[in-house]
Amino acid sequence: MKTIFEKSVPGREGCWPCEGMAEEAYIPAELLRDGDIGLPSASELDVVRHFTKLSQRNYGVDGNFYPLGSCTMKYNPKFTEIVAGMPGFTRLHPVLPQLQGAGGLCQGALEVMYETENLLSEITGMHAFTLHPMAGAHGELTGVMLMAAYHKDRGNKKTKIIVPDSAHGTNPASAAIAGYTVVSVESVDGIVDPAALAEVLDDEVAGMMMTCPNTLGLFEKNLPEIVAMLRKVDALLYYDGANLNAVMGKMRVGDVGFDIVHLNLHKTFATPHGGGGPGSGPVGVCEKLKPFLPISRVAKLEDGQFFLDYDYPKSIGYVAPFYGNFGVVLKAYAYILRLGRAGIIRASENAVLSANYMRKRLEDHFEIPFNRICMHEFVASASRQTKNDVHALDIAKALLDKGYHAPTVYFPLIVPEAIMIEPTETENKETLDRFIDDLIEIAELAVTDPAAIQAAPVTLPVTRLDETRAARAMELTDDL
Amino acid sequence: MIPDDLLYAKSHEWCMVEGDVATVGITQFAQEQLGDLTFVELPEVGDTFQAGSEMGSVESVKAASEIYAPVTGEIIEINEALEDAPEKVNEEPYGDGWLVKFRIKGEPEGLLDAEGYTAVIEAEAH
Amino acid sequence: MPYVPHTESEVRDMLETIGVASISDLFAEITQEMRPKSFDLPEGLSEMEVLSKLEAMAGKNATDRTNFLGAGFYDHYIPAAVDALTMRGEFYTAYTPYQPESSQGTLQALFEYQTAVTRLLGMECANASVYDGGTALFEALMMAVRKTKRRKIIVSEALNPIYRVMLGSYTSNLDLEFVTVPHKGGMTDIDGLKAAIDDDTAAVLVQNPNFFGSINDFTELFAAARERKAVSVISAYPVLQTLLKTPGAMGADVAVAEGQSLGLPLSFGGPYLGIMTCTKQMVRQIPGRIVGRTQDSKGRTGYVLTLQAREQHIRRQKATSNICSNQSLCALRALVHMCALGELGMKRAARLSVERAHICAQRLTAIPGVELMTKGPFGNEFAVTLPINAFEIIAKLTARGFVPGFPLGRYYDGLENGLLVACTEKTSEEQIGIFAEMLKGALK
Repeated sequence: MKTIFEKSVPGREGCWPCEGMAEEAYIPAELLRDGDIGLPSASELDVVRHFTKLSQRNYGVDGNFYPLGSCTMKYNPKFTEIVAGMPGFTRLHPVLPQLQGAGGLCQGALEVMYETENLLSEITGMHAFTLHPMAGAHGELTGVMLMAAYHKDRGNKKTKIIVPDSAHGTNPASAAIAGYTVVSVESVDGIVDPAALAEVLDDEVAGMMMTCPNTLGLFEKNLPEIVAMLRKVDALLYYDGANLNAVMGKMRVGDVGFDIVHLNLHKTFATPHGGGGPGSGPVGVCEKLKPFLPISRVAKLEDGQFFLDYDYPKSIGYVAPFYGNFGVVLKAYAYILRLGRAGIIRASENAVLSANYMRKRLEDHFEIPFNRICMHEFVASASRQTKNDVHALDIAKALLDKGYHAPTVYFPLIVPEAIMIEPTETENKETLDRFIDDLIEIAELAVTDPAAIQAAPVTLPVTRLDETRAARAMELTDDL
Repeated sequence: MIPDDLLYAKSHEWCMVEGDVATVGITQFAQEQLGDLTFVELPEVGDTFQAGSEMGSVESVKAASEIYAPVTGEIIEINEALEDAPEKVNEEPYGDGWLVKFRIKGEPEGLLDAEGYTAVIEAEAH
Repeated sequence: MPYVPHTESEVRDMLETIGVASISDLFAEITQEMRPKSFDLPEGLSEMEVLSKLEAMAGKNATDRTNFLGAGFYDHYIPAAVDALTMRGEFYTAYTPYQPESSQGTLQALFEYQTAVTRLLGMECANASVYDGGTALFEALMMAVRKTKRRKIIVSEALNPIYRVMLGSYTSNLDLEFVTVPHKGGMTDIDGLKAAIDDDTAAVLVQNPNFFGSINDFTELFAAARERKAVSVISAYPVLQTLLKTPGAMGADVAVAEGQSLGLPLSFGGPYLGIMTCTKQMVRQIPGRIVGRTQDSKGRTGYVLTLQAREQHIRRQKATSNICSNQSLCALRALVHMCALGELGMKRAARLSVERAHICAQRLTAIPGVELMTKGPFGNEFAVTLPINAFEIIAKLTARGFVPGFPLGRYYDGLENGLLVACTEKTSEEQIGIFAEMLKGALK
């Protein structure tokens, strides 16, 4: 399909009819740009057609099943878009509450932030939350900065952060960017092993980052022991909230001893992923870390008025220009209100039920390395299929031909040929059954006709794309 | 496919010493593990390295790996052709796909012969 | 139960298949000592109830006030096509395009976005965006540090102070040295910046127009940086960039921008869009997602995420950044916005904004005691010096329905009487007239 630049006809006008004066009247010519910009010139209908056609070459949760492990691709309720689009919220300039006398102009927005922080604190058992981090990885960075601030304040000389080998790649990257050395700890039987942890744990460890359930979908049942070990060396325990959808109402991370947590509102709290963003990664902390949270903090006066509090001398400062991705927070807030206590517990229960059901139905057809009760997702492997030279990637592509999005493949790194499946609670049983049947059919085809699977996909706008060519040619804009 | 006349580092670089000049590349085993290379990052002429220190990196679509200096010395030439044609490393890792030339300082130390290196990659294959 | 489809009999069937008696058996590994101490959440509400609760909260925000606030974040008109197209479920309920064959829509759109922003900024390469203009600036600074292996950063004090405090927080654990070159009466001190560049300098950071609205040509400064092998980083304003000399033409190595003004509502601070562009020489340092054009096995054109070997899922702790997403939907909005307005519409919006700001400046400076702070050319934003404290004026006028601007004293000592005023194409001449009358009255 042609790009919008290739469709452009110079002189054709978009949807802006009014004329302004020439800029030369105000700005000297030597400060102005030369020639055309090269932005498209197309009629409004041409633009609408172009992007409608592009959307038809895309795939979202609205279209079909999206069992992308670790990404919690649940249904994004439509009414939350109406909430985020209310002019009372969209037209608010972020500087307003920072002006004297203007706090009264944004009480509703400040209340949303205040209430959301409280709800997230109750869901996770944390003492306080900040909504500022703008994505999960941004939450991780904020969390690691909080660790650093805590240890600095205590006069601790800490240089290392422990990360299990099953962790998301963002964990070590966030720790490194905050200035720490990363130490990996090997999993035993799919979970963190206290004995292995003891080998790498010493006084120089600032903290440990864990995902629970972990990326294998397994519950970290040694948590109490791990917490006790870390406390002994004054190391903090960080919870990567990627998999919170498994345990809401069943375990609160604050109660079991986590000191810092980041959530992904775009996963657990059903805000749309937007093709890769915007997300939102609020960070919660235990009481002793509250003084270090980013500023500003939203606070409530005795008369019920909300205001921004900057009086946090130990704060790590600013991680966002304002208060985070407020538009995303609004959607999550509306979702939590809609579900309420019972709905949130039910969400986790059904996410875990669906994952176990799929795991059980697939166990005769695929290798499942840690085949026991899982949480909201499980990891299968294409290791049986490799003897016919069919790999996890081939199976993923064959699923695309069946009209699904593929599961996460080749992650976590510790399972060869990993296929990580997360159904979420919002998919009905017919969808799960149909997907399983199709996956079983693919496993059979891997034996009878491996070439057919190696050739997939064949029903989409393009077949497999040459990634090596893309990386070597580096054609990143429409200018060649 | 492990030439007898070269020296090897455990980190999969090879090294051919002629007088005080050492030509360095990555081994056949290393390029196979990485797959089709898309980018080779090399040091600049005049840079100096201690044996074992990081001097560059190679990237494929799915992987990235650091290259370590197998000898101590100064870079006197780099293989500029790799900037536009990283695939040369895949095609001829011991020939046109060489990476850099060093003027070495002192004698190379701690490097393996072909037999020793064969043992290393056999161990890694397990 | 909202959004959970399983019926009771289906749940029984599924439990039977799994081989457990109840759902609680699935959570048996969470022992009693790990169970919640409380879970005190409100009961659920109907969709209608949630909407009316939030309508009421939105109603507590006064958005009918006329707004002359900018400070890097502007209320430009957004064509209706932007919402209509980006709200298509195929776009907004998708995730990162991990499976390119079924994500060509997102991927091609991001490729077109990369094309549009590189053209707008006159640069060679772009990534698919980062969180916001502030994180883009931080990532640009880190690109320079990696490229030069140096630790000194020279920053103009006329760079948005909201970003300068962010940079301070982000780098507090890193061993970097910041040299801030003071502004000169709201002007960027180019000679001062030049003099500060030395052989230890990793980057020089400036903004155009600067925080005070003042427009510069940084060609000489960037040439001086290049001579010392330091990296030139500029923060731009996309709407005005349709008119102004480009970062590329000035010789910048990295050009970043807050993309909010391209089709994103102000929305109380986010989601916004961090635009990042650079020269070819710097592209290996750029963090985040990048889309490249390639071919499929049948030779047809297609798009993929590329240069991923820089990223955290391959490099882990050695990655160029920990960022693993982009603001994809925001980038799509920016692209549709630029396409819907088109080359001519984009320029007209910018011209109108500039024109309105100059009319406004003229009206305000006609009031005795009100003077332009910056002497040079400006675009759609300018600083004035008032005869009294700006905070006081803001409080007074805000109470009467006008937010007159941003108080410079909030970030600049000695500029307590300074007021930063912004206009866009949405600002009417009538509003400007009322504003001027009100200010005149308030100063009496």
